[in-house]
Formats: sequence, C-alpha cells, structure tokens
Amino acid sequence: MTEPLLTAESVTKRFEGFIALSDVGFVMHPGERVGLIGPNGSGKSTFVNCLTGVYRSDAGAIRFDGHDITGMPSWLRCKQGLVRTYQIPRPFRGMTVQQNIEVPLRFTAGHTSARELARRAQEILDKVGLIDSARLNPKRLSQVELRKLELARAIAAAPKMLIADEAMAGLSESEVDEILELLHTLNSDGLSILLIEHIMRAVMSFSQRVIVIVAGRKIADGLPDEVMRMDEVERAYLGE
Amino acid sequence: MTTNTLAEPERSPSTGLLAIRADVLILISGVGLVILTMLLSGRISEYYFLAAYTILQFVVLGTAWNILGGYGGYINFGTAGFFAIGCYTTVVLIKLGPMPLAVSMAAAAIVAALVGLGTGYLTLRLRGVYFSIATLALAIVLQTLVINWTFVGGARGIYVIRPAVSGIFSSYVQLILVMMIGLTTVSLIIARAVERSWIGIGLAAIRDDEGAAETCGVPSLRLKLIATTLSGALMGLAGSLFPYFVTYVDPATAFGLPIAVNSIAMPLIGGTATWWGPVVGALLLGSTQQILTVTISSAANLFIVGLLLVAFLIVAPRGVVGLVRDWQARRE
Amino acid sequence: MDVNWDLIVNAIVTGIVLGGFYASVAIGVTIAFGMLDIVNIAHPAFIIVGGYLAFYGRDRFALDPLVSILVFAPLGYLIGRIFYRGYHRFFESRGDESLQGLAFFFGVLFVVEIGIVLVSGVDYRSVETAYLDSSLSAGFVSVPWRMLAPFVIALGMLGGIQLFLLKTFTGRAILAVAQDFEAVRLIGADPIRAKEIAFGIAVGTAIVAGVLLIIIQPIEPSIAREYIGRAFAICVLGGIASIPGTLVASLVLGVAESMTTTFFGPSWAPAVAFGLLLLTLTFKPSGIFGR
Repeated sequence: MTEPLLTAESVTKRFEGFIALSDVGFVMHPGERVGLIGPNGSGKSTFVNCLTGVYRSDAGAIRFDGHDITGMPSWLRCKQGLVRTYQIPRPFRGMTVQQNIEVPLRFTAGHTSARELARRAQEILDKVGLIDSARLNPKRLSQVELRKLELARAIAAAPKMLIADEAMAGLSESEVDEILELLHTLNSDGLSILLIEHIMRAVMSFSQRVIVIVAGRKIADGLPDEVMRMDEVERAYLGE
Repeated sequence: MTTNTLAEPERSPSTGLLAIRADVLILISGVGLVILTMLLSGRISEYYFLAAYTILQFVVLGTAWNILGGYGGYINFGTAGFFAIGCYTTVVLIKLGPMPLAVSMAAAAIVAALVGLGTGYLTLRLRGVYFSIATLALAIVLQTLVINWTFVGGARGIYVIRPAVSGIFSSYVQLILVMMIGLTTVSLIIARAVERSWIGIGLAAIRDDEGAAETCGVPSLRLKLIATTLSGALMGLAGSLFPYFVTYVDPATAFGLPIAVNSIAMPLIGGTATWWGPVVGALLLGSTQQILTVTISSAANLFIVGLLLVAFLIVAPRGVVGLVRDWQARRE
Repeated sequence: MDVNWDLIVNAIVTGIVLGGFYASVAIGVTIAFGMLDIVNIAHPAFIIVGGYLAFYGRDRFALDPLVSILVFAPLGYLIGRIFYRGYHRFFESRGDESLQGLAFFFGVLFVVEIGIVLVSGVDYRSVETAYLDSSLSAGFVSVPWRMLAPFVIALGMLGGIQLFLLKTFTGRAILAVAQDFEAVRLIGADPIRAKEIAFGIAVGTAIVAGVLLIIIQPIEPSIAREYIGRAFAICVLGGIASIPGTLVASLVLGVAESMTTTFFGPSWAPAVAFGLLLLTLTFKPSGIFGR
C-alpha cells in the first residue's frame, strides 16, 4: 500500500460556538480520485479551507507529502503541491488569461525568464483548450472557460493534489463532460484529485472513492455504490 | 475591450530594448535636470528652484505611495507620518551635532523603513481597510508625540540652519534640489524595477484577489511587507531633506494635509497602474497648485485638488494612465 | 503624586458623559462600516457639517440647537441616502475597487473640511444656550449641562436605533444585510434599498452628533480629523457591528481620554483614541464584543 499523500486527522473547526467541523479524518493516496459530497452547509467548504490553509483548524493535524502542514499558510501549501480551485471562479481581473497562468508559474514552479513563462503558460492553456483566449481579459470568458482557467491556474503550480471545489456548478451537460474529461486527463498524468460536487453523475462516474460530510462530521468513506446505498446518506439528502 | 492593467503591450521585451530605454530615459532626465540646475543657478529667481523642489518631492511621495497603494491595492493614509519621520530624524541628528547630509538621509530612511515594517507586520494580516485606518492612526499618534516633544521644538517648531556650501554648489538650495533630483531619479527607477519584477507581479495578483493569489503560491504577507518597507523608506528620504528646504520645521507643516492628500491624489489622478502615473499626477497637480497658491489661496488650491480627486475617481478611475491605455486600445 | 480622589472621580464622570456623546459619533461608523462594509472615513465630515448647520441655524434663524436636531436629522438622513446612491453607482457596483472607494471618501472628507474653511473661515464657532449654562452637582462631582444634555440625547438615539434595528422589518433587513447580502432577498427585502436606508441613518446620526458637539464645545473645521480616530477606534473596539459594543467602547474611550487630559494635559488627548485603535488592531481586532 503506497504511502498516503494527504492525511487529515481529527480536524475540528469552530466559529463563535458553532461547530462547523467535528473530528474529521481523511486520507488520500497519490493518483487517487476521491469525491466529497454532502448537503449545503454541511462543512465541505470549511473542510477544504482547512486543508488549504484559508482557515486554521482548532484541532487536528494535516500532513501532506511527508510534511506537517497544519500551521502552514496557503501559499506555502501551494508550493508543497496542494492546490485548489474556487466554487466561483476568481481570476485576476487586471491581467490577461496568459498572465493569470504566469503567476503560479512564477511563484510556485519558480520560472523567471519571460520567454520561459510565456512558453509554459501557453502549453498549459493549450492543454485545457484556452490557447485562443490567451490575450483576453478574463471578463470576456464564458462560464466554462472561466472554470478551465481556474483549473489551468491550479495545475500551473505543478501540484501533486488538486481540490476542485464545485468546478462544474451551473454548467450544461456537455460542459460538465468537458470538465470531467479534463479532470480525467489531469489525473492520468498522476494528479490526485478531490472532487467536491453536487452533480451526482459526475461524482459517481469520476470517483474511485466517495466520502460524505453531514453537519460537520464524516459519515461515510468508501466505494461510490456502497456509500450511496447507506441509510444515513439517503436520509441526509432526502431530508434536505 | 481589453482593460489590461498589467501589460506593457506586445512590445514586451524579448529583446529588452524598450525596457532599457525607459530606464535610460529616467536617468538622462535626471542628469539633465541636474545640469540645468547648476547652469541656471543665480540667473533665475530662486522661486523656480523651490517650486521645482516641491514638485519633485511630490513625485517621490506619490511614487512611494504607489508602490503599496497602486501596485498592491493597500492605501496608506499616513504618508505624512513617514514623511515627518524623515523630517524629524534629521532634526534630531542636527541637534546632536553637525551632520553630513548623507548620514541624516540614511538614518531617516532606516527609521521610516522600520516603522513601515512594524506597522505592516502588525496590521497587514488583517483586511486592507484596517491597514489603511492604522496608517491614519499612526500619523496622528506620531504627530501627538512630536507636539509633546520639546527637544524637537514641540508644537512651536524649530529652526534649522542650512550649512555653508562649498565646491561646485553656489547655494544650499541648489544642493538640496540636486539631491531631490537624484532621489526622484532613484525612486522612479526603483518603482519601475519593482513593477516589472516578481514583487510587482505578486502585488498585482494580491491587488486583484489576495486569497486567490495565495492559492497560487504568492507569499502575500512577505510581499506586502516589502512594499510597505520600501514605500516608507522613500517617504522618509523625501522628508529628510525637508528641514533644509523650509528651515523652520513644525508639526503642522510636516504632518500637514497637503502631504497626506497629494501623495494619494497625484497617483490616483495620474494613474496607479504604472510608474509614470504618479509622475504625470505630480506634474499636473503640482504645477496647478503652485499657480493656484500664488494666485488665489492655499486653501482654495487644496479644495480644487480634492474636487479633482473625487471627479477623477468617478469619471476616470484609472487616471491619466488609464485614459491613455484606453485610447491606445481603441486605436488597435 | 498624592491620590486626588476629587480629581479622579470628576475625571471619570466627565469621561463617562463624554463617552456617551462619543457613542453618537461612532454609531454611524458602526452602521456604515460594521454592518454595511462601507469604509466611510468621511463620517467626521458629516459631523462637522451638522455642527456648522446648527451654528448657522442659530446665527441666522435663532434656531435653538436642541430643536435644530429635529430639523437637521431628517436632512442628514436624506443626504445620506442620496450619497449612498451615488457611492453605490460609481463604486460599489464597479466591483471590488475598494481602493477607489476608500480614496473617494478621503477626498470627500477634506473637500468638506476645506469647503467649510472657505465658507466660514478657521475661527472657532459656537452656540449659546443660556439654559444649558449651569452645571449639575452632586457632592464634589459637577457636570455641566452642556455636556449632560448631549449625553442623554446620544443615549436616546442609540437606544432608538437599536430598537429600530431589532423590532422593525426594515431594521431587521438591515441587520440581515450585514450578515448575508443575498439572503436578504429571501425575506422579501431589497438589500440595496436596505443599505441605502441604513446609510441614511448613519449620516443622520453624524449630523445629530455634530449638533451635540457644538453644544459641548466650540468647533473649527480641522476637528473633523480628530474624530476619525475616535469613531473608528470605538467601532473596532466595540466589535465592529455591535451597538452595545459601541456604547461600551465609547465609555471606555471617554474615560481614557478624560483621565489622560486631567493628568497629562489636553495635548495628549488625540493620541488616546488613535493609540487605542492601534492597540486593538494589533492585539484583538475583533474588539470586545467581536464577531
């Protein structure tokens, strides 16, 4: 059994008396595809924010690639190889699409020459299918293109693990497939992916393993079919 | 229409030719101004030297402000505080004994830089608005300290004697004008270098979306601290020459509203996205103010600056730089 | 130094009374900045305008200052609503250009300050109220009525606003906007309009605070800048969006300033508010009643 890439133990997060996450444990292996589901407000985003360093957890430990990252700031976790995309895309609006990609290339992968940066950025844009938009400002992009930009920017950091936070929300069926295909391609290159989604068919088809968070607790962690048949999971969704 | 604030357009250097030209242009202008100063000394009214000094001082202050404000998106309301630190560091040193200009300038830069670093370290981990409010608070606290410090003259102020000049300089005013030209040149070269470096790119990402920037590996606190420290140091340097310029230093002037307001208005009107924005703003506003102060009154002059600031923010939020770039983009 | 209890108690009482007044200064910032996330550093400008309105009301129309509160408060409310509309159109809806918004308020602040200088000069202005000339005494403690009346009015204003926010539909919509902008629509309210009304209230309180100020002491235009520190120090110390917090923080600041003035002299007073602000931001940015 390979050494886990990410280990989260007993992660707990409180906001002014409200317990958002309680004792959540989670393991991810290199090259794995894991889905994370749960009703709205159940703590999924909070969990992601704790993993990526946006929040500091009140209790628990997080290890990534052999390092203890529990106290690390976001940018350092990015350099360790843990990246994320946002539910609502957050491109840099004062820059072109290509310059957006050049930021992580410069700060994480550490390239400095303008020519090298441009070349690698264009490589990545080509990979996600955005090469024709390289010179545009992000406000000219469509929803699905913005999602691709988010992904492109994330992979520009040469990560080992990507957390995709509802990367497909609001997209049409064919657009969902586009993104799924892109994610599969990235995964086959060796990238571990944690997919947080509400679109069930995407989660089921993509994930090797599914975990379920409800009301701040992890209530399931296993094969997609098994998890979906569990009583608690059904209740959590039907009871919404 | 692309509203690209980052790029130098397609001429972006693969050869680096344009990059070298702008730097050289600044340097040549600086040297040219120095030569002009030396030649005109004694031939034209000293007023023009004083006016030039004032305008250049604002170029420095505006440029310094812009490194953190324009590039990074963090507004410093306490420019006057850093300026006054430079001022009063010089005053303190002068009172201790005769002091070479270079020493007082260096000391001023260091003290101002440290204060900038300290303030930044304490408040930059909070939201941007808290940093801005903290800079305002800092300026007032410093002013109160100085008012209550009799060693530097307190509220009544203190007189500073210009040292005698020798050598190539015929007057002290000429000397400090030359120093100010030098400081301006250096500030502009630094601002431009920062803008094009990883610091500038990182600051631009922070300005656009700090959270997303961090997710891309941008060490935001570190970059903000660099910007705050550098900005503070330059403001302190500008202030370090001021006592010799005015010869009478009092808190009301050193911490005065014109300093605070102009250092914000000039970059915003000129354009915050790039190094020459504050220059344009300082030249436009500075000369306007010189004319207005002489013809109407200094209160009216500040009033008009304020109106211009508000007007530009509403109508042309990216300043003259923005207008120029929009015009360029429309031509393509 | 011998402990002079007379002096200390008087300083504390004065501080409390002053603090009550400061609450009227800060409530507008608590609403605008704490609840609506609008960094209105031009707030003191509106205060000063209120003071000068009271002055001219007295000077030209023999308008009693306390009565003028009833006249100018609604005016302030209207000005605030119009102002917010402009701000929203040019800055808020343009996106996260908080730099421009902040600079805008800064511009407004000193345009107003200098505008007043141009109109009224730099001389101190005051209002005469014969019936407020005496003091209320209890033992060795004595408080002038010209401070006590504003204290009472300020507290009344705070109480009124707190009731409005908790008990009326619009008030609760405003509180909801503070929590979650979009969710406000779910309770059938228009968040933009709620913000507009709230900002109107904020400016209204500033005008009232200005009238109270000129009752307490003579004013001149540059006083505005002292009050930025006080208003924001109180707002931050009090937990940003909490009205009880604002009151407590105001009292704390009032007493701190009063003690400083009594024992160290008035020239140190401006540093108290700003120093307190810096300390709070450094060590406990969420304030006393922090969120």
